[in-house]
Amino acid sequence: MGRSRMCGIVGLYLKDAKLEPQLGALTASMLATMCERGPDSAGFAVYSTAVEGELKFTLQSANPSTDFPALATLLEAELGGPVRIDARSTHAVVHVKADALDRLKALVLKQFPSVRIMGIGEAIEIYKEVGLPTAVSSLFALSEMSGSHAIGHTRMATESAVTTSGAHPFSTGLDQCLVHNGSLSNHNNLRRALRQQGYNFQTDNDSEVAAGYLSWRMREGRNLKQALEKSLDDLDGFFTFVVGTKTGFAVLRDPIACKPAVLAETASYVAFGSEYRALAGLPGIDTAKIWEPEPATAYFWGR
Amino acid sequence: MPTIDLATSSLRELNRTLHACKDGSSETAFEVLNPRGQHAVAVGIDAPLSIDVHGSVGYYCGGMNKRAHITVRGSAGPGVAENMMSGTVSVRGDASQYAGATGRGGLLVIDGNAASRCGISMKGINIVVRGNIGHMSAFMAQSGNLVVLGDAGEALGDSIYEARLFVRGGVASLGADCIEKDMRPEHHETLARLLVEAGVTGVATREFRRYGSARRLYTFNIDNADAY
Repeated sequence: MGRSRMCGIVGLYLKDAKLEPQLGALTASMLATMCERGPDSAGFAVYSTAVEGELKFTLQSANPSTDFPALATLLEAELGGPVRIDARSTHAVVHVKADALDRLKALVLKQFPSVRIMGIGEAIEIYKEVGLPTAVSSLFALSEMSGSHAIGHTRMATESAVTTSGAHPFSTGLDQCLVHNGSLSNHNNLRRALRQQGYNFQTDNDSEVAAGYLSWRMREGRNLKQALEKSLDDLDGFFTFVVGTKTGFAVLRDPIACKPAVLAETASYVAFGSEYRALAGLPGIDTAKIWEPEPATAYFWGR
Repeated sequence: MPTIDLATSSLRELNRTLHACKDGSSETAFEVLNPRGQHAVAVGIDAPLSIDVHGSVGYYCGGMNKRAHITVRGSAGPGVAENMMSGTVSVRGDASQYAGATGRGGLLVIDGNAASRCGISMKGINIVVRGNIGHMSAFMAQSGNLVVLGDAGEALGDSIYEARLFVRGGVASLGADCIEKDMRPEHHETLARLLVEAGVTGVATREFRRYGSARRLYTFNIDNADAY
């Protein structure tokens, strides 16, 4: 389930902090060019201001107008003080002290069955929804967001229901996210192995397993690039991945490399697109270094 | 010279205009501006036109081309000149995967690198790449010539039939039933002609090695050799 054959991916990693206020607008325009590759649903992760010692929970609910206020009330009682919740349509970002991580998780899991945790981290916020990518972008006002890097996905589902939780990105670790174009053939075995390692999956989606796999390898002590290189031994199938961490941005294609990928780099940014169309509107693209990432080669940028 | 700006005209208008040109049309040269990676730019032309595309194109540019001369002043996405019949397609930048796939004739020139599967299932097209080509190039290539001034990736010429592969640089590995073969006088002659046609100078044919089919994988009958 959740295998997606066509799909579009965009990613933007800023090297020049002066571009940070434009991150959302640039990402939204890149995502819009990929509507044809994935008209069913879309999602994006934005890495924005991190406050030391604080965590952001991105939550999603089918009943946002009742769930989020109720959750705020209970959470404030639990934590004994005011809690900042920024709601955007079906999603809300809850800001808490890092030591409240487990209590908030438990509260959501036990008392709010209709609320799903999309991602947790110091910098990451994740938004995804069913619908045309341009509509999803405007639903969450992506173009107004700022940050250091962003990853977006447009999904054309071919083998499973089109649902919010089946949309990308998938996050299986603090500040980590992955988007995927392709399909994995050994995800059921891997999911069982990762469950043994303590990972709980929210979907039957193959891409969520890939995200969990990388989280596990990083928990073991590998950095993102090393985790990706190891995945070439263990993942079977077709994939182009774009992966984000709090300070890093990475790209990997499988050895067959059927799934399209284009990278562009200037002094100000690194950009990824499933096609050149996604990059054509970026500032300075005419003089950027543009290339097709090599198969079975992990590319990484980080601070 | 008519100019079609894809920032203001639709792709359909461009291709309809090009398809409307018949033999003896007064307009034979076109400029295309702002392709911005759009797909299917200048596909399916059947007239001796000259088309100059200023910028990078997406999938299938110049596909099924017959007789036209198409220049892309940028890079090309997957499947450039796919199933070309005749004419030329010239890419100033890089080409993505399966450039010239299934091409039956004409000349495809790529000034930069070509990605994986360049010339897959080629059936008579000639392809000249100044840079490198990716893995699985010339897979099941049936006839025609693939000339590479740089290096070739893994599994070159896997399951090849009777296409000829000329590589000046290294070959990461040869695919099933693809072997190195002698450069005989007729191969030097063919290669020299293709280099001239592609506008490549300062390169000697003796710098190349030739690869082709060992003819163990498919049933090759010597009586049919002239058909290739």
